[in-house]
Amino acid sequence: MSHVLAVLEQRDGALRKVSHEVVTGARRLADALGGNVDALILAAGAVRGADQLGRFGADKVITLTNAAFGMYAPEGYARAIAERVQSGGYGAVVFAASATGKDLAPRVAARLGRPLAQEVTDLAVEGGAVTVIRPVYAGKALLKLKINGAPAVISLRPSVFTPVERPKAGTQESATAAVPAGRVIVRAIKAAEAGTLDVAEAPIVVSGGRGLKEPANFKVLEELAAAFAGRAAVGASRAVVDAGWRPHADQVGQTGKTVSPTLYVAVGISGAIQHLAGMRTSKVIVAINKDKDAPIFKVADYGIVGDLFEVVPKLTEEIKKQHG
Amino acid sequence: MKIAVCIKRVPDSETRVKIASDGKSLDEAGVKFILNPYDEFAVEEALRRKEQAAGGEVVVIALGPAAAQETIRTALAMGADRGILLQLDRIPMDGLEVAQALAAELKGAGFDLILFGKMAIDDYNHQVGPMVAELLDLPCVTTVAHLEIEGGKGVAEREIEGGVEVVEFPLPAVLTADKGLNDPRYPALKGIMAAKKKPLEVKSVSPGGGARGLEILALTLPAERKEGKIVGEGPAAVPELVRLLREEAKAL
Repeated sequence: MSHVLAVLEQRDGALRKVSHEVVTGARRLADALGGNVDALILAAGAVRGADQLGRFGADKVITLTNAAFGMYAPEGYARAIAERVQSGGYGAVVFAASATGKDLAPRVAARLGRPLAQEVTDLAVEGGAVTVIRPVYAGKALLKLKINGAPAVISLRPSVFTPVERPKAGTQESATAAVPAGRVIVRAIKAAEAGTLDVAEAPIVVSGGRGLKEPANFKVLEELAAAFAGRAAVGASRAVVDAGWRPHADQVGQTGKTVSPTLYVAVGISGAIQHLAGMRTSKVIVAINKDKDAPIFKVADYGIVGDLFEVVPKLTEEIKKQHG
Repeated sequence: MKIAVCIKRVPDSETRVKIASDGKSLDEAGVKFILNPYDEFAVEEALRRKEQAAGGEVVVIALGPAAAQETIRTALAMGADRGILLQLDRIPMDGLEVAQALAAELKGAGFDLILFGKMAIDDYNHQVGPMVAELLDLPCVTTVAHLEIEGGKGVAEREIEGGVEVVEFPLPAVLTADKGLNDPRYPALKGIMAAKKKPLEVKSVSPGGGARGLEILALTLPAERKEGKIVGEGPAAVPELVRLLREEAKAL
C-alpha cells in the first residue's frame, strides 16, 4: 500500500484553484495504489480553502507553516517537502505544473534522487508501477513513461485534470517547518491587472493573430473575453508577440504556453504548426478566419469564415445574452 | 565573470514528427537540428554579462551525440569562448541523469553564473537547470525574463500566473532563461569563421549507470482531431455557432 502526497499551492493565504486538480490527480493514483491522499500546503499560517479539500478526495490536509513561507521560498519549500516525503514513505508525489510547481518539483526530485515527469496529462498504475503520458515536441507526440521505483514524482499540466468531487475525511493537521528559508528570496509579486487570468489556467482562451492587423484591435478580443464573465483570458500567436503587439506571457505555441482550455477561440490565426502545438489539446476549438483554406480550420471543431471585425462583435453580443 | 551555458541540440520547431520503428523515439531521418531556442537567450545573456564586465569567459557545455559539436559551434559563433561536449549516443529521458553528468563537469570549476534555457523544445522536461543547482547546492532562479546583477547579487523577474515574481539571489547562481530576457544575436560571418578555431573539448560520459528510473514505453502521435465543420460565413453564422457550443459541445 502506497500513499500519495499532493503538493498544493497558496497565494496570499488562499488556496490556488489548480490545487483541486492536483488532489484529483493524486486521488486517482492513490485509488490505483490502494493508499491515501495527504495534501500538503506550505504557508505562513492557516490557508483559506484547506477545509474544502476533503471534498476532492484528500484524506488528510497537512499545513506546514514557516514565517518565510507566505511567499514562495524555493529552497525552504524544497527542503521541507523532501523531508516530508522521506519521513512519510510516499509512493508518489504530485505537483501542479504551474510556474511554481515546475520550479519546485525538479528541486524536490533532485533532493530525493528521483526522476521527474513534468507536465503529465494522463496517469495510471500498471503492474504496481506508475505510468504517465506527457506531450513532447510541443504536443506533436505523446510519450508514455513507466516510473520505476518510489516515489514517482510528477507534475500535472493545469486544466487537464478536471476536479472531481470524491468526499473523504480531509482531516486537518498543522505543523511548523523548521527549515531555513534559503538564499533565493521572492521579494514581491507585481500583480497583473486585477482580474486577469493566465492563458495557461483560464477555462476559456480567446487568441488573436496577424489577422487583427494592429495592436489596438485586440480590444475586440478583450471585449469578447470580458463577455465570458471572468472565465476567459486573451492569448496571442507568436507572430504578434514577436511583433511586440502582445506580451510574451500571452503567447500560445511551441515557444510560448501550451494550453488545454474547455474552449479555445482562434481569431485571425492561420494555424502554423508551432501554434497548433500549443492549443491542440483544447477540448473545443473555434476558428474565425477570412481564409477558408487556413490550416486552423483543420483542427477546429467549429469554424466561421468571415471578417473577424464583423464576426467577433456579434459573438460578443451573443455570449453576453447567454450570461444575461 | 566566468559563465557556463548549458545548451542542447534539438529538432527544429517546424519538424513534422515521425515515430521511429522502435515505437519509442523520433525518426531523425531528414530532421534539421538546431540550438534549442531558449538556450539562445542563455547564450546571449552570458555574452552580454561578459561584455559588461569587460572580461571573463563564456563556456558552452552540451550533452549529446557527436553531432552536437555543430550546436556548440553555433554558440561559439555567437561569441562564446570555448565549448565542451559531454558525448554519448542518446540523451537520457531522465533529466536527473543529464543533470548529474552536467553537475560533475561544472563542480569546482569556479563559474559565477551557470545558465540554461528554461526548457528544451523537444522533451519539454523543464528540470535540468534547477536539478543541477540542487546537486551543486547553488541558488537558482528559473524562467528568468529580466535580470540585473550588481556586486555579487542579482534580482530576477520571472513570470507566474497573473503576475511577475521579483526574486533576489546571491552569486554564484544557476539561472534558466525565458523568452523576453533579451534578443539573441545572429552569428555574423566573422563569428562563424572564428568559431571554427575556438577550442572544443570532447569527453565521453555514461550517466545513470544503466539503472533506468524512467522507462520509455512508447512514443505515439496524438489522435487526430476530428475534422470540424464550417458553421457558416460572416456574422450571420454566429447564433448557430453559439447554439452548437451550448447544446452540442457543452462548452459554454
